[in-house]
Amino acid sequence: MEGIEKRFPGVHALKNVNFELKPGEVHALVGENGAGKSTLMKVLTGVYKKDGGRIIYKGKEVDIPNPRVAQEMGISIVYQDLNLMPHLTVAQNIFIGREPRRKKFLFFLDEDEINRKTKELLNMLHMKIDPDIKVSNLTIGKQQMVEIAKALSFNSEVIIFDEPTAALSEAETEELFNIIRKLKNQGIGIIYISHRLEELKKIADRVTVMRDGQYIGTVNMNETSLDEIINMMVGREIYETLREKEVEDDSEIVLEVRNLKRGKEIKDVSFKLRKGEILGFAGLVGAGRTEVARAIFGADPIDSGEIYVKGKKIHIKSPSDAIKHGIAYLSEDRKRYGLMLDLDVKTNIILPSIKEFLSYLGFINSKKEDKVCNNYIDRLKIKTPSLKQKVKNLSGGNQQKIIVAKWLLRNCDILIFDEPTRGIDVGAKNEIYKLLNELVKEGKSIIMISSELPEIIRMSHRIIVMYEGRITAEISGKTATEEIIMKYATMYES
Amino acid sequence: MISNNVRFIRRENLRQLLMFASLFLLFTFFSLASPNFFTFENVIAIILATCVNGMLALGVTFIIITGGIDLSIGTVMTLSAVMSGVFITFWKLPVLFGVIGGIGTGIICGLINGLVVSKMKLPPFIATLGMMMIAKGLALVISGCRPIYYSDAPTFNEISMGSLINKLIPNFDVPNAILIFIFSVIIAHILLTKTVLGRYDFAIGSNEEAARLSGLNVDKWKTIIYALCGMFVGMGGVMMASRLNSAQPALGQGYELDAIAAVVIGGTSLRGGEGSIIGTVIGALIMSTLTNGLRILSVPQEWQIVVSGIIVIGAVYLDILRRGRE
Repeated sequence: MEGIEKRFPGVHALKNVNFELKPGEVHALVGENGAGKSTLMKVLTGVYKKDGGRIIYKGKEVDIPNPRVAQEMGISIVYQDLNLMPHLTVAQNIFIGREPRRKKFLFFLDEDEINRKTKELLNMLHMKIDPDIKVSNLTIGKQQMVEIAKALSFNSEVIIFDEPTAALSEAETEELFNIIRKLKNQGIGIIYISHRLEELKKIADRVTVMRDGQYIGTVNMNETSLDEIINMMVGREIYETLREKEVEDDSEIVLEVRNLKRGKEIKDVSFKLRKGEILGFAGLVGAGRTEVARAIFGADPIDSGEIYVKGKKIHIKSPSDAIKHGIAYLSEDRKRYGLMLDLDVKTNIILPSIKEFLSYLGFINSKKEDKVCNNYIDRLKIKTPSLKQKVKNLSGGNQQKIIVAKWLLRNCDILIFDEPTRGIDVGAKNEIYKLLNELVKEGKSIIMISSELPEIIRMSHRIIVMYEGRITAEISGKTATEEIIMKYATMYES
Repeated sequence: MISNNVRFIRRENLRQLLMFASLFLLFTFFSLASPNFFTFENVIAIILATCVNGMLALGVTFIIITGGIDLSIGTVMTLSAVMSGVFITFWKLPVLFGVIGGIGTGIICGLINGLVVSKMKLPPFIATLGMMMIAKGLALVISGCRPIYYSDAPTFNEISMGSLINKLIPNFDVPNAILIFIFSVIIAHILLTKTVLGRYDFAIGSNEEAARLSGLNVDKWKTIIYALCGMFVGMGGVMMASRLNSAQPALGQGYELDAIAAVVIGGTSLRGGEGSIIGTVIGALIMSTLTNGLRILSVPQEWQIVVSGIIVIGAVYLDILRRGRE
């Protein structure tokens, strides 16, 4: 791809971007959110039309007007938010749009043929998936395998992975990498988009960095360091964020959970959270961390167990009970559970506390609203042009801060963050870390669920490791290493 | 892997089994309550009463599976009936032309719905609400607000009310309307489960964006599906006119909601991606059995409507409970 240009109304999304991929190469494409990676890939796969530049494929200049043409040429993409049809079976998904038909009656489908072909394909990749099962019954990891199988079924020579590991556990990630290596050995060129820079060392041959829609540069992975890549990405220094303040052993216990149980997901979980502490929850996807958080927050019913806030036993039957006791849960899926994307900043911050802003007759005191919101915007350094800005137009980091502002205003001092930095670029991640540190300095207490081990080690005072619904270890943040945590998270005996 | 398959099939079957069971229970209840219920004539009457609503329900099932809705089916049915009257009674054309003209009217209205939804990107609710009013108005304008009688074409009434079966097997008086309906059910079932059209129907309803990115021409298929619904609706209109031996321009509004209710009772999700023809047929049968049975028990018609409403809510709630357990 040479000199690619793309403009949207009001935005110059791609400015003279170059990208090159060799057969049998894993070429990583990195950059902060909004750097233009996804736009570039959408141009390559025919979702967007380019406004300038040339695409040269196998030595010839080509025109890619729509996704179908890209697929037929051998360029496939595995999207971050998987593009499968949950109500259809694995086989039906893989062959959608080009189903095998009955020989004489072309309008009719050949079910035996489609299942046979799918089985062949899955066997080739050593995937143990039943072609006849509905996709909604598969785990995210398995669904991704289906997407890969679908890409391969086009005899693809270029496969693009957009944030493939964002929703995968460590074990699933390893499995994915094995498959990527296999594809690479077959001479397939792979474009790998990721926010998780640690992964690049394992998988990438070359790295291209983009920033603000511009091409910054391409480096060989074995001749560079992650710090250098990060510098190229952000164009400014990133300073290490660490715990800024330790917790005294005798500081108040704000939350205690005893013998929490819920079906197969939570098997007897007990722990304590101290004032001003960041308590990390590590574990693989499906270990039961989110389930524990949701149970404490009253979002899911529990079978048994006791919850104490500041020494007093409380009963939580619904999220509103939890909020009354000062517990807030910040979901990993911000867009679905945390925000009203089409509403403005002010409404999002005020909504749970709206009773505080009513004057008599039920009118909303909007001067008071503005004053309070501006106060939080300053305090949390939320970047927004105005209080009237729709939340969907803000960056991931700023959206996260708006959720925090919302709960602080509601007087919540126990904050449960579920994957607070998922899908957020490196620069904004540091902002979130700073925010967490400031919150604990103010005496708030934080439970942080995270799948990124470096993050959890750098931020947490204590780390609880879960495995299959149980707590398998409690480690001090000072002594924790990735190896120790992974060992307990997989209960792998060395 | 085999055990997985078995469980999967069982699950799908369980739902249809449950629906059959509720229909059976309803039948048993009314049979015990009144000796006049379970007679040959009455059972035929129930199925006959299902035919028109059933035709609309068949068509709209395809649309609801895409995640859309069609509110125009009731009045388009009326317009189709009126158009067949125009062809046969006003223009004195042969009956066959009247039938084709009626069905064609349905297809054209469906096609327009489809184009407005897929090309002009109007939400299906609004697009078909507009078509509902247009068809209602046109039916009144064209007919001059008066019923059109088929007095010059005595064979037209035979389409629904004649009995081919009676000629083959004497004293087995099953009206043709029922045969046509059963035939349409089989066609619809095959279209939905065995053909490309059915596959894309589910694909669009399951995840429209993914279907588009997989290279499907989503706009084209949606248009086809709305036109297909129009075809079933047109057939319903001709059947209705033939049964009444007249095209009634004021009838039809409200039929769309009965049909949608039948689809929903039959377990098709309004969110799209799920549904079956068998479910829709059972849903339609449940509704007409209920109406018929309550009438035999001398429950006033006003109360019958109330009960139907409760059944719709109850059926969908049961489906939610069943899903929750899975």
